[in-house]
Amino acid sequence: MKPFTQLDGLVCAMDRANVDTDAIIPKQFLKSIKRSGFGPNLFDEWRYLDHGEPGMDNSQRPLNPDFELNLPRNQGAQVLLARDNFGCGSSREHAPWAIEDFGFRALIAPSFADIFFNNCFKNGLLPIVQPAAVVDQLFREAASEGYRLKIDLPAQTITTPSGEQFSFEITEHRKHCLLNGLDEIGLTLAHRDEIAAFEARRKAEQPWLFA
Amino acid sequence: MAKTLYDKLWQSHVVREEADGTCLIYIDRHLVHEVTSPQAFEGLKLAGRQPWRKTSVVATADHNTPTNEWDKGIQDPISRLQVETLDANIKEFGALAYFPFKDQRQGIVHVVGPENGATLPGMTVVCGDSHTSTHGAFAALAHGIGTSEVEHVLATQTLVAKKSKSMLVRVDGQLGFGVTAKDVALAIIGKIGTAGGTGYAIEFGGDAIRSLSMEGRMTLCNMAIEGGARAGMVAVDDKTIDYLQGRPFSPNAEQWDAAVAYWRTLVSDEGAEFDTVVTLRAEEIEPQVTWGTSPEQVLGISGKVPNPAAESDPVKKGSYERALQYMGLTADTPLAQIAIDKVFIGSCTNSRIEDLRAAASVVKGKKKAASVKQVLIVPGSGLVKAQAEAEGLHQIFIEAGFEWREPGCSMCLAMNADRLSPGERCASTSNRNFEGRQGQGGRTHLVSPEMAAAAAIAGHFVDVRTFA
Ligand code: SF4
Repeated sequence: MKPFTQLDGLVCAMDRANVDTDAIIPKQFLKSIKRSGFGPNLFDEWRYLDHGEPGMDNSQRPLNPDFELNLPRNQGAQVLLARDNFGCGSSREHAPWAIEDFGFRALIAPSFADIFFNNCFKNGLLPIVQPAAVVDQLFREAASEGYRLKIDLPAQTITTPSGEQFSFEITEHRKHCLLNGLDEIGLTLAHRDEIAAFEARRKAEQPWLFA
Repeated sequence: MAKTLYDKLWQSHVVREEADGTCLIYIDRHLVHEVTSPQAFEGLKLAGRQPWRKTSVVATADHNTPTNEWDKGIQDPISRLQVETLDANIKEFGALAYFPFKDQRQGIVHVVGPENGATLPGMTVVCGDSHTSTHGAFAALAHGIGTSEVEHVLATQTLVAKKSKSMLVRVDGQLGFGVTAKDVALAIIGKIGTAGGTGYAIEFGGDAIRSLSMEGRMTLCNMAIEGGARAGMVAVDDKTIDYLQGRPFSPNAEQWDAAVAYWRTLVSDEGAEFDTVVTLRAEEIEPQVTWGTSPEQVLGISGKVPNPAAESDPVKKGSYERALQYMGLTADTPLAQIAIDKVFIGSCTNSRIEDLRAAASVVKGKKKAASVKQVLIVPGSGLVKAQAEAEGLHQIFIEAGFEWREPGCSMCLAMNADRLSPGERCASTSNRNFEGRQGQGGRTHLVSPEMAAAAAIAGHFVDVRTFA
């Protein structure tokens, strides 16, 4: 996993609430048994004018010129500004895989769906929750072309071009993993004895769980 | 101190806790399906790791499997490869049980787990699938996880998690005739919103919930995720215990009494405090129909498609306009006047035997409306299918002009060949009405099995309470 420390990124604003994972990456692309290559199909149904299927040459497909990701001003964006409940719906990790593969590193919204939020951290993506009023302000400011935000994970701050700062919360555990790009399984297995002891106790108390 | 059911489930699974509240939670049951597991098994292989406890794994193939012409196998080569990859992974890594394509006990993972007794009270149950919340109906702590977490559970038998806040959703009173668990679920989401449960584990309580069957409770907990909650759960009572008696993976005779004694403790203590309490009156819940592209965009059948002009919140107004455009609906149209093209009765929300019985009771002796192109009845599992056939339900459906299919996810998410064409309108018993969910450009209205069956006969939505 790519570590995340600081970012000075172009902002792509997507002004709609309840963006679901079916929209982020439609189901036909979930048939892949790979973990990479989902970026070209991020928001497939909104982004292209034709129907996408796995294996198509996406560079030849007609783009929807009005869709946020296709606007010239948003090319190269690394920060996705979104509305409430972003990432709702299925648990598909293909959603953060596609977002990361496309080139985003951070997302800002008033709220994220729970499983999507968790999945982001496993893939070097930083989802940031901000109060609705702050998100409103960022949307207003992001109306001007070339709008960028500085995101500092160690300091837990977002800085606007005018120098205004907002702080955000993150658990120490997640921060540590993101900053260092750590494999969580390795970290957990350092506690293997504790897990084994817990399991043995559980087996003694509720043997029917281990049938 | 008085504890909630969620407190008890959480505390009994904490292996260790860090200073910031991050915990390692022990996982008892790991359900696996073909879509979200290949990359996890691959990760395990690449790291040279073995599953920690393979007997915690129960697997089945459901999303990509076809629901007709099984003799032809899986036609789509990419779907076939995904299912074969699961076959190979289970063969290599092992499982307590695997119900592959065409197995008599194959089916939707959230139907298969409970009916085999693989979901038990007091367990933590995870699956790379958001509707894992279904299993909370058994007073289990059950939720969906991503593929990285699937790998983490395989490798360590634990999950890294923080405790959620607790919410009690209490539905008091008695549900009216024709009002089902699905309607309760949709009414709750209509009330709290699709983000209303974010950060919470919800316990459903109250007379109306206690009176629901286990099937109904599964329907309700299934939809907890659509309300944004991490998990949904219902306390143990006699119904829970009766349901589990004699299932293949239920505790054996020697362990049964001890298990039941423990399960009886899996209720919220008198006076336990919740972070949030939401109450609904059962009598006020009508049969529900969604009109938009989010499950919170829902109304009782006597309602009308809302008018965005009447909405003051600009974000909401925008979503309403977008939803009406996508759904091809005009503001102020009575829901009962909306004509449908297709009907889907199935999915992990409503494909259990009780759902099929309910649909059949509405359909019996009637015929599908000529204007309705297709009605799919997709049982949740091979066992449900066999039971329905033993009761003759399939005959009722076939005589009505419906299609009686093989089990699987089918048109709930249209990963196999069952799907809507652009612009087609569907009365569906599934759980998501998102854009494109049932096929690109398809328009989904979420309803109960009774409401879907009645719509299939009438050709448009009708109030099942007055439908004869
Ligand atoms: S039936 Fe639908 S919601 Fe349920 S597991 Fe299958 S695809 Fe997911």
